[in-house]
Amino acid sequence: MHNSEIDSLRRRLARRFAEHLADEYILRDEAERRPYECDGLAAYRHLPLLVVLPGNIAEVQAVMRICHEEGVPVVARGAGTGLSGGALPLEDGVLLSLARLNRILAIDPDNCCARVQPGVRNLAISEAARPHGLYYAPDPSSQIACTIGGNIAENAGGVHCLKYGLTVNNIQALEVVTVEGERLTIGGSGLDSPGYDLLALMTGSEGMLGIVVEATVRLLPIPERAQVVMAAFDDVETAGQAVADIIAAGILPAGLEMMDNPSLRAAEDFVHAGYPVEAAAILLCEVDGDNEAVSEEIARVRQRLLDSGATEVRTAMNDEERARFWAGRKAAFPAVGRISPDYYCMDGTIPRKHLPRVLREISEMSEQFGLRAANVFHAGDGNLHPLILYDGNQPGELERAEEFGGKILELCVEVGGTITGEHGVGMEKINQMCAQFPPEELQLFHAVKAAFDPQGLLNPGKAIPTLNRCAEFGAMHVKAGDLRFPHLERF
Amino acid sequence: MDDRDLTDVLQEGVRAAAASSTPLRLQGHDSKAFLGNPVDGDPLDLSAHRGVVRYEPTELVITARGGTPLAEVEAALAENRQTLGFEPPHFGGRGTLGGAVASGLGGPARPWGGAPRDLLLGVRLLDGRGQVLRFGGEVMKNVAGYDVSRLMAGALGTLGILLEISLKVLPAPVNTATQVLALSRDAALAKMRELARQPAPLSGACHVDGRLYLRLSGAEASVRAWQQRIGGETLAPHNTFWQRLRDQELEFFDRPDATLWRLSLAPATSRLACEDEVLLDWGGAQRWVFTDLPAEQVRKMVAVHGGHAEVFRRAPDETAPFQVLEPGLLTLHRRLKERFDPAGIFNPGRLFQGWLS
Repeated sequence: MHNSEIDSLRRRLARRFAEHLADEYILRDEAERRPYECDGLAAYRHLPLLVVLPGNIAEVQAVMRICHEEGVPVVARGAGTGLSGGALPLEDGVLLSLARLNRILAIDPDNCCARVQPGVRNLAISEAARPHGLYYAPDPSSQIACTIGGNIAENAGGVHCLKYGLTVNNIQALEVVTVEGERLTIGGSGLDSPGYDLLALMTGSEGMLGIVVEATVRLLPIPERAQVVMAAFDDVETAGQAVADIIAAGILPAGLEMMDNPSLRAAEDFVHAGYPVEAAAILLCEVDGDNEAVSEEIARVRQRLLDSGATEVRTAMNDEERARFWAGRKAAFPAVGRISPDYYCMDGTIPRKHLPRVLREISEMSEQFGLRAANVFHAGDGNLHPLILYDGNQPGELERAEEFGGKILELCVEVGGTITGEHGVGMEKINQMCAQFPPEELQLFHAVKAAFDPQGLLNPGKAIPTLNRCAEFGAMHVKAGDLRFPHLERF
Repeated sequence: MDDRDLTDVLQEGVRAAAASSTPLRLQGHDSKAFLGNPVDGDPLDLSAHRGVVRYEPTELVITARGGTPLAEVEAALAENRQTLGFEPPHFGGRGTLGGAVASGLGGPARPWGGAPRDLLLGVRLLDGRGQVLRFGGEVMKNVAGYDVSRLMAGALGTLGILLEISLKVLPAPVNTATQVLALSRDAALAKMRELARQPAPLSGACHVDGRLYLRLSGAEASVRAWQQRIGGETLAPHNTFWQRLRDQELEFFDRPDATLWRLSLAPATSRLACEDEVLLDWGGAQRWVFTDLPAEQVRKMVAVHGGHAEVFRRAPDETAPFQVLEPGLLTLHRRLKERFDPAGIFNPGRLFQGWLS
């Protein structure tokens, strides 16, 4: 589209939106649109055609109806904390911010659920439920800022999901506005609903199937007590084995995190959590439940860790110490940010048993690419977050970091894992989708998309690559002379 | 029976059926034949496609072929003190893993342990074109692509054949005990809701015939402490109450000529007019009901509370088994069905009758 066409489309849409929304909620000027040009993956930026901030469901419906009539793409956005560019705007598309739909509509302690608007922050739900002794379990590390709408779009996890599940396991109903502007109720007040599990299909669909305008989430009783143990190890392999030993002992920890030496060192320098900086790796293992259960399990965890070869095992004796142990882990990303001008956070999941191999290969790649890497690992569920350190001001370093990251994800697929555990595909990992899925499966994804959005107006270009894109990507990544998708034409 | 991979045979069968638009009635052990509408189609037996493919206890993941008997899967897990968290029913003592997932049914532990969809990590699927496709995987966290595997849970085989199923498994609890309290239905519901808000290690909460059964599963000391707190009598350890509840072998269910309704709704919902004869399960969120009220009326009164009513086992000439979807949802269902199964050969009408017309 030419600039003049873009301008006239912007003017026409703004005029039509203004019939439904107050003028201040339609952002036309470049300066107003600028803050929306990227999400948490700031390396990718596009200025949106127009930003709209509807204040109720009827306004969302009006916006969708108009965009549908005009054939204009729509990108939905929550708090913009996503790490895969899922909310990256389109220059010829409307950016639909759900930030104003930020009310908690009801806390229902008798039925252990809460009805919330999509712009409600994750942590705000638990804060509102606390007086009833309840909380919302999924706790992505951005939980003070990220919204439940975004959590649903990405199927967000967190450090407690081995025991408590992901977003998909903790929601029971959604109000959704379709691409045509129709309103649908998916799920219900009970634990299931008739027909296909569209609730699961919507969760993690990255804004490609519909706009979530209300959610009913499950609330759980706040555990009576939580206690954390920290264990240090001489080598990563032993630490990995210790994780398997804990699981084999029949313990399902509430949180089970591993940090390698570069990340624990950075964290220690930053927040002084008391980590042993000489250790090759540390594990943080938290158990929660009632008083009796925690006492019993913490003793078993300690014994297991010692038996598994931990060089040091420390139990947090009070909440203050527990908070300190966790502070280092929670500050791992910003801590790494302090020792490098930029870092690039990856998000693969692997079968846990392959951890030693994957870490070894990451370290080899690190030398090969000339970039440092630090690893943070949700060890309980196999979700690995390698942080690649680079300097965006050095020509070529960002590209090298991206290539390094792409190689890590392909390695995750090779060992039987996945390219994204919780951050989503978005724009960032769209090429690696070609490594994980053959054309027939990608085609089925496109068919699912078409069932909800026949014209492809919802967040187009994200999450699922076109077969052409994969063919181009495949041509660049010929593996040992073995071409993927040999039957496809190359361009 | 030996473990066998019949992917090629099944693929052949599906391709042939698709080419001639021959409807297929998919069946494993056929232990849930009563569920949904009857299917008029050539039977396709999936039970010989069986066997555990991979099981790694320390990864908490098992992968097995769809025709693997549930009992076999559970026995393999028990050897490593692990379980399927969703406690699937074995109606008539039978059932395959594929059927357990396709039916989407969870047992008494469902509110705490999840349903099949909650534990499902991935599937290898044979679609209506005869393509073998893989979705999800064998890892706990995976957000690459749409969650097609969970879409299969509860689809009653209308979208494809589940060749392989990967599930997250859970450690078996160290200790389990059941307390029984003599309480009226309303008092029992209040008690269950009160407990649901406390960090009690509950894994079952059922009221039937004036008695509230509360199952506790967890650490040794914590189960003991909560037994004290809850009071009442302790059920003898060899009592099979929960298994009989799961498989509908309690006396309550023994009414072969009556229509058995399953109500799924907000657990604290107070007594509905259709609850003449009721068994409360899932802490009140699942209610088994025998009633003489007309189906329309039952459905309406449950829908008012945001729930749905399903004819689970039906008397002859009964109404459609599942609540009819609103038009917008039905359109999405129809489109998804057309994309997974363009020739409409898989279990036509089992979920909703005449929906492709």
